Amino acid sequence: MDRTEIESKLTDLLVDELGIERDDITPDAKFEEDLDVDSLGVVELLMALEDNFGVKIPDEEAEQITTVGEAVDLVEAKLNA
Amino acid sequence: MNDRRVVVTGLGTINPVGGDVDSTWRGLLEGRSGVGPITCIDASDLPSQIAGEIADFDVEVFMPRRQARRMDRYAQFFWVAAQEALGDAGIAYEPDDPEAYRTGVVVGTGIGGVKTFEEELTTLLEIGPHRLSPFGIPKIIANLAGGQVSIDFNLYGPNTTTVTACAASANAIGDAAAIIARGSADVMLAGGADAAITRFAMGGFAQARALSTRNDDPQGASRPFDANRDGFIMSEGAAALVLEEREHALQRGASIYAEIVGYGMSADGYHVTLPRPGGDGAARAMQGALDDAGITARQVSYVNAHGTSTAANDVTETMAIKSVFGDDAYRVPISSTKSMTGHLLGGAGAIEAVVSVLAIRDGVVPPTINLTDPDPECDLDYVPENARKVDVEYAMSNSFGFGGHNVVLLFRSP
Repeated sequence: MDRTEIESKLTDLLVDELGIERDDITPDAKFEEDLDVDSLGVVELLMALEDNFGVKIPDEEAEQITTVGEAVDLVEAKLNA
Repeated sequence: MNDRRVVVTGLGTINPVGGDVDSTWRGLLEGRSGVGPITCIDASDLPSQIAGEIADFDVEVFMPRRQARRMDRYAQFFWVAAQEALGDAGIAYEPDDPEAYRTGVVVGTGIGGVKTFEEELTTLLEIGPHRLSPFGIPKIIANLAGGQVSIDFNLYGPNTTTVTACAASANAIGDAAAIIARGSADVMLAGGADAAITRFAMGGFAQARALSTRNDDPQGASRPFDANRDGFIMSEGAAALVLEEREHALQRGASIYAEIVGYGMSADGYHVTLPRPGGDGAARAMQGALDDAGITARQVSYVNAHGTSTAANDVTETMAIKSVFGDDAYRVPISSTKSMTGHLLGGAGAIEAVVSVLAIRDGVVPPTINLTDPDPECDLDYVPENARKVDVEYAMSNSFGFGGHNVVLLFRSP
């Protein structure tokens, strides 16, 4: 899966699973500040990432993610590991 | 006791008969049943395959999907009823409005988020704890309907939840009125909701032998006081009332539907699901409401019965009315709107309070439908089949819950 595919799939997840507006989703968008994803939403996002990309994201690594782009980086790194 | 009187200034509901107050009231006066075959779950192996569903409910008409996903269906229903009631009362607060700090909420629910409970339990058993939703607990717990409306409508006053089964929202209204009367708030949103047409709830109530199994005749299945009744009809939905300190309502020019003048409570102290034979507990709650209002049974113009269509309730409630009203029991018009709405559990007391208030406003009482062959032990005037013009000064609303909770509200024309 290349980066474009990851980005597109992640965007779909954010729209479908978390109910975020598609137009608001950019690589620089911050989950908390820009997308209004609270602590419960972050847990949902992680579950969605794990289920849909087949990766395992430990809490310590999850805590480092603040933007959409960083989430893509993390998934990409996990998939290539 | 004190001079803070409590009036009703807003109404809201969503239920199987109607999606708002006007359509519900019209439907009830026409004698229209909201009961049908169950469509929202697989009911093929359930004893009771009929219910009062809000089958066409589209939550995204009322709120963004993102918000709706965080609420169980019962809380969504309450949210919808609350929005209508607040709008009807002309109440809308910006964050930090000083009035918002004097406005609170009491919500009654029988079971709370049972749909979410089933979904989450299935996830736990089939996948494991790591896939439970972070919203599972806040969706399931019974107080979140009240929590959610306080968040979304900026209501920062006292906020609590009553869980007295089928009497829950009658308690919510009575408790909310008491909160205003003692000066802890000026405005209270009070009501209740349930959404228990789920396999767990339908199966469980059936095992308790509480539900009708008249599956081939959904609209005729809820038949309170009829000889051929065989249990209650599960329904989903919510109702909400805006209660307000009378001077507060007058000062802002709110229109007043009715005044809450009596609140009576008792416990049967007898059985988990059955009423005490003879209806002594129910009678004490009714007398308590009359005493609270300082009136006699003779002054009551209408009784909205609990009238569940179960074998036990309808007889004991009739006996209770007779013991409180004496000879006047045969004079006072009584109806069970559950014959049309089915039983909203934690929403029942509130929707029946709405009905009582509208009966006062319009001088008409809705009928008890399906009462074609009255039980010989139920020989009072249950307003069979057709609505009736009645000048209603005092309306009494009865609600009784599993556990032996008896709650009675009394409303007076303003």
